[in-house]
Amino acid sequence: MAGCTSRCKQGVIKLIQSLQRLVSGTLTKDKIDDELEMTMVCHRPEGLDQLEAQTNFTKPELQILYRGFKNECPSGVVNEETFKHIYAQFFPHGDASMYAHYLFNAFDTTKNGSIKFRDFVMGLSTLLRGTLREKLEWTFHLYDINRDGYINREEMTEIVRAIYDMMGKYTYPALKGDVPQQHVDAFFQKMDKNKDGVVTLDEFIIACQEDETMMRSMQLFENVM
Amino acid sequence: MAAGVATWLPFARAAAVGWLPLAKKTMPKPPIDNSSRSDEILYVNVSGVRFQTWKNTLDRYPDTLLGSSEKEFFYNEDTQEYFFDRDHEMFRHILNFYRTGKLHYPRHECIQAFDEELAFYGIVPEIIGDCCMEEYRDRKKENQERLAEDTEANEASDAPLPPHSTLRERLWRAFENPHTSTMALVFYYVTGFFIAVSVIANVVETVPCRPPKGSVKDLPCGEKYQLAFFCMDTACVLIFTFEYLMRLFAAPSRCKFMRSVMSVIDVVAIMPYYIGLVMPENEDVSGAFVTLRVFRVFRIFKFSRHSQGLRILGYTLKSCASELGFLLFSLTMAIIIFATVMFYAEKGTKGSTFTSIPASFWYTIVTMTTLGYGDMVPNTIAGKIFGSICSLSGVLVIALPVPVIVSNFSRIYHQNQRADKMRAQQKVRLARIRMAKKGTTNAFLQYKEDRVDRDGDSTALCVKNRSAFEHQHHHLLHCLEKTTNHEFTDEMTYSELCMTESVGFRTSRSTSLSSQQGAHNHSSTGCCPRRARRRTAMRLANSTVSVSRGSVQELDTLHHKGGAPPQTRSSLNAQMCDLKLNCGDPDFSAAIISIPTPPANTPDENLPPSPAVVPGILRNSRATVFTHDTVKISSL
Repeated sequence: MAGCTSRCKQGVIKLIQSLQRLVSGTLTKDKIDDELEMTMVCHRPEGLDQLEAQTNFTKPELQILYRGFKNECPSGVVNEETFKHIYAQFFPHGDASMYAHYLFNAFDTTKNGSIKFRDFVMGLSTLLRGTLREKLEWTFHLYDINRDGYINREEMTEIVRAIYDMMGKYTYPALKGDVPQQHVDAFFQKMDKNKDGVVTLDEFIIACQEDETMMRSMQLFENVM
Repeated sequence: MAAGVATWLPFARAAAVGWLPLAKKTMPKPPIDNSSRSDEILYVNVSGVRFQTWKNTLDRYPDTLLGSSEKEFFYNEDTQEYFFDRDHEMFRHILNFYRTGKLHYPRHECIQAFDEELAFYGIVPEIIGDCCMEEYRDRKKENQERLAEDTEANEASDAPLPPHSTLRERLWRAFENPHTSTMALVFYYVTGFFIAVSVIANVVETVPCRPPKGSVKDLPCGEKYQLAFFCMDTACVLIFTFEYLMRLFAAPSRCKFMRSVMSVIDVVAIMPYYIGLVMPENEDVSGAFVTLRVFRVFRIFKFSRHSQGLRILGYTLKSCASELGFLLFSLTMAIIIFATVMFYAEKGTKGSTFTSIPASFWYTIVTMTTLGYGDMVPNTIAGKIFGSICSLSGVLVIALPVPVIVSNFSRIYHQNQRADKMRAQQKVRLARIRMAKKGTTNAFLQYKEDRVDRDGDSTALCVKNRSAFEHQHHHLLHCLEKTTNHEFTDEMTYSELCMTESVGFRTSRSTSLSSQQGAHNHSSTGCCPRRARRRTAMRLANSTVSVSRGSVQELDTLHHKGGAPPQTRSSLNAQMCDLKLNCGDPDFSAAIISIPTPPANTPDENLPPSPAVVPGILRNSRATVFTHDTVKISSL
């Protein structure tokens, strides 16, 4: 009942507004345009020296990174939409939006919905020039969607499903049955030492360090930049 | 993939670390990236303006000139930069494309120049950004239309007819372009006159004339002077039929002609008469007969052949078909709505003229177009209110599509004006172009002439004002002459030779071989002179062969016994031309092939000097060295 009256009131207000506009003309449109302009902010990163100190990149590398970044995002920030769009171009076969979403959250350390150059470069520094422990911590934070310090089955399932979504429909061998679920089960088998249904950071790090395959693969990513 | 995405690739690869704990297998080895990470600045010099950019910027688009190794061809070692001899203003836009990934089209530039630049740098125009794509497409379409118009105007049928056109082609041209011949113009005006006469007769025959004696009622003139009008109508129809049949005969594609609008109008204009002739005079079909007479008014559309304005109007209406359709549709909608409303509003009143909804249609139309005859008027208040709304909306609905139609008409009209202007200037342009073309050919002929006159003297005089290019070009033409054993000559002398060759048998001043046969050739028919010529040619050929191999120039001025004019080179050229035209006489070829061989044993120096002589010049010097030639022949 209350909803009805509020909706009626809203309708009446809208009608009065439209009548008003009919009389006064359409000069009220300008207000909306003002609002738009407020959102075009420009972010500048901190100085080059500070970034050099905080990350493991050299000055020329930072320069190259920033030039590319600024070219793509003149406003200085990347929002989630752009991020998803970029990822969609890298993985055209499937749907990369969910994974891009989780990745975006992993990079967006300040949690304000946009990645600035500082976040970008810090994340890259960890991934490319960081120690093994830092990399594993980063990965843990990627999997831990709600940032509660534990990875539970649901979170893992979501991540794995997002990764399998990127593969798309046409794979060989074909995806039959609930492959992501099996993958998650295997993962938990390996990682969850005390079988309590969640994986903590220490369990994760220890389990990874025991995994020979993974350690070997880690080294291959050293030379991406 | 867009170049910008390439910037993000290292980032995406780095983020792949996040998959590692889940991976069941080892990751593959990454590709070895040998390119140095440090970026370097490249210098690009375009017509003196130096641009600098990062190498990575240019590498973004590897399938263009600047992004691939093709630019190495333009590298200048001394100045350590890439030099392009192109427009630097356009280059700005090209370089901005690399920098921003979007290609913009500068509005003030010529579309063709821009296209050429894009083609040079290997960039496809399809990647022009959305902001400029529309403008680019519009300009391009406009340019193409203009080019099409130009080519059409160039092939305008004002150009002279090809020499061997049949009667049909000539007739068709006369019909399509009355200005080409006087006869066509006369015919054009006569048909125009008869169309006017026919239309006026149709109109006048309905005017009431004074009634004949003994009757009170006014009679239309058509019935009073029935015979006169019938005769006039017959005459007009005869002319129209004749014209239509002529056009049908002359049309290059009869099917297409029969389907064209003008021919349909022609048929519709003359059919009623024939149908009227055939139909009997009874009462039942006379109604239909009267209807047919209405079609006679279509003769007025025949004027559109004569008037360009009418054609433009017709074309405009055709091109605005969608706007007109929209107008019609919206009007129909409005009419139905308002007619219904008015009918029901006026239903109750006594003596109302709104008897049915279709009857209200008439009121609605008259009101919406603001005519307001007043034969149907609403009486109720509701009817009056709706009637006023109807007239207000009518103004709006009709006013909306009109500007579109007007702008279309204006565009087409201006196009036509431009085409007309261009056609008028076409003659001047063609003449200028022909002169320019002649300049180059004349240069070569002039060069040959100079060589002839100055042969033996110092060649320094020949070298007057000729650039290296011209020298080499002339040398090339000379080589071609030597290859084919024929010489270049200009159009006038060639046509002169052909003409004299064809009429040569009859005139005493002819230069053909047959003239030597004397008077009895003149009376012979067309074929005989040829045969006679062949006979003499054989004789000539034999004598040629038996005369020295090298007596080239003697052939020019062979003089046979009798007062026949000398056998000049021009006449032999005439034979050449004759050869080209019809008879391929082997003897002739024997005679002619021996021409260019240099004189081996000509003792005389006052021979006409070199083979490279313009026949035109020789014509003047016809009376040269035949005396000694006669001697030569008689010595055989």
